[in-house]
Amino acid sequence: MIRLTGVNKVYPTRAGPVNILKDVNLTVESGERVGILGRNGAGKSTLIRLVSGAELPTRGLVERGMSVSWPLAFGGAFQGSLTGLDNLRFICRIYGANPDDKIAFVQEFSELGIYLGEPVKSYSSGMRARLAFAISMIIEFDCFLIDEVIAVGDARFHEKCGHELFEKRGDRAMVIVSHDGSYIRNHCTRAAVLSGGELHHFEKMEDAFSFYYEEAALAA
Amino acid sequence: MRTFVQSGAVSLIQSWRIQRRVIWALVLREILTRYGRHNIGFLWLFVEPMLYTVAVTALWTASRSVHGTNLPIVAFAVTGYSSVLLWRNMPGRCVKALEPNLSLLYHRNVRPIDIYLSRLMLEAGGATTSFVMLVLFFHFIGWLDFPEDVLKVAGGWCMIAWFGASLGLFIGSLSESSETIEKLWHPAAYILFPLSGAAFIVDALPREAQHFILMLPMVHGVELLREGYFGSRIVAHYDVTYMALFNTTLTLLGLAQTAKVSRIVVPE
Repeated sequence: MIRLTGVNKVYPTRAGPVNILKDVNLTVESGERVGILGRNGAGKSTLIRLVSGAELPTRGLVERGMSVSWPLAFGGAFQGSLTGLDNLRFICRIYGANPDDKIAFVQEFSELGIYLGEPVKSYSSGMRARLAFAISMIIEFDCFLIDEVIAVGDARFHEKCGHELFEKRGDRAMVIVSHDGSYIRNHCTRAAVLSGGELHHFEKMEDAFSFYYEEAALAA
Repeated sequence: MRTFVQSGAVSLIQSWRIQRRVIWALVLREILTRYGRHNIGFLWLFVEPMLYTVAVTALWTASRSVHGTNLPIVAFAVTGYSSVLLWRNMPGRCVKALEPNLSLLYHRNVRPIDIYLSRLMLEAGGATTSFVMLVLFFHFIGWLDFPEDVLKVAGGWCMIAWFGASLGLFIGSLSESSETIEKLWHPAAYILFPLSGAAFIVDALPREAQHFILMLPMVHGVELLREGYFGSRIVAHYDVTYMALFNTTLTLLGLAQTAKVSRIVVPE
C-alpha cells in the first residue's frame, strides 16, 4: 500500500513561496489503478515525484509499503554522451539487476538494433522514447508510476507499450497522471482530480470526469 | 529474468548495500562521461594529475625553488604538489555537481550525498594513484628515495584526503543554494595553494608566521606526510588533533548542508 497523509509541497519563487500541493491525501492499494486528472501546471508531476520518493514533501508523510517505480516516461534521464547500453547498465546497477539478462529484451523491444551501442545524443526523439520505455520495463515493481507523456512514438509502438504495461503487468498497482480523460478512463479503476493544489476524490469514475470537464469549461 | 525491487521498509544493512551499489554505479558513469572510451580512457583519471605534478616538479627543479631546506627537490615537489591536488580537486569537482545529475534523482535511491561521495572517491582515487605512480617512477629512474616511514606518509595522506572530502562536501552542497560560493571557491583555491605547505616547510618560516600558517588545517597534513617521507631530515610542525577536529567540524557541516539540499532539490 502507498499512503500520502497531509502532504504539502511548497516551492520558492521570486514572488514568494507557492503552495503547489495542499494537504493531499491518497491511498493506493496493491493492484489498484488510480488515475489523477489535472490540467497543465496543476502539480501532477510534482505529486508523482513525491509518491516515487524522488522528491520530499515540505510537510506531511509519504509511506510506501510496496516497491514503487520511478516516474516512467520522463524522456530525459539519459546522459547524451553515453550509449543506450551504458544507460541500460546504469539503471541495472542502481536497482541491483543483472544487465546481461536485459540487453536482449531492450534491444528487441526498443527496435534500436545496433544503435543501442551508439551515444544517446545521436538518437531521434522517437528512438529516445523507445529506449526510455524499454529500460523502464526491465525492473519489476509492485506499483508503476506513469506520467502522461508515455503516449510516445507511432501508433504501433504505442500499442506495444500498452500491451507490455497494462496486459503483461495487469496485476500491478499503478498511478497514472494525465490531462487526457480518455487515457485514464481506459486504464484506471479509480480517478481523482488535482485542482488548485487540492486532490479531489470521487466514489465513481464518472463524477471525477464531470468535475474535471466542468472545471475545464469554467476556465475556458 | 524478473527483478523485483524490495519494498518500502529497508534495514540499515540493506540501505548500506543499496548505497554502495548506487555509488559504484555513479563512479562508473562518471568515468565514462568524463573520459569516454577514446584513447587512454579512464587512465586520464591519474595521468592528468601526474602530468600536473611532473610539470610543477620540472618547474621547481629548474628554478631551484627556495623552500628553505636542503631536501631533494623532486621528492619535495612530488609530496607537495600531490597533496595540493588531493585536497583541492575534491571541492573543485563537488561544486555544482548536482546540476548535470539532476535527472538521476528521479531514482529514489540516488541521493545528492551519493553523487558527492562518488565524485570524492573518484578524485581521491585519481590523486592517490598519481602520487604512488610518480613515487615509483621517480624512484625507478633514481631521482627519488622511498619514504622513511610509509605508514606516517599514509597517515598524512589520509588526513589530507579527509580534509579535502569534508571541504568538498561542504563547498559542494553550499554551492547548490548560493551562486556566490562557486565564484568564491576559485580565488580561494588559488590563494590557498601557496599557503598550503606544499611549497615550503613550516620550520623554515619565521616564528610568527608559523603560528598563522598552522591555522590552515592542510598544512598539518602536509607536514606529517613530509615527516614520514624525509624522517629525521626535517623538523615537522603539526597537530593531528587540531586537524582532526577541524575535519570533523567540516564533515558535520557538510553532511548537514547536504541533508538540507536533499530536502529541497527538484529532479529535472
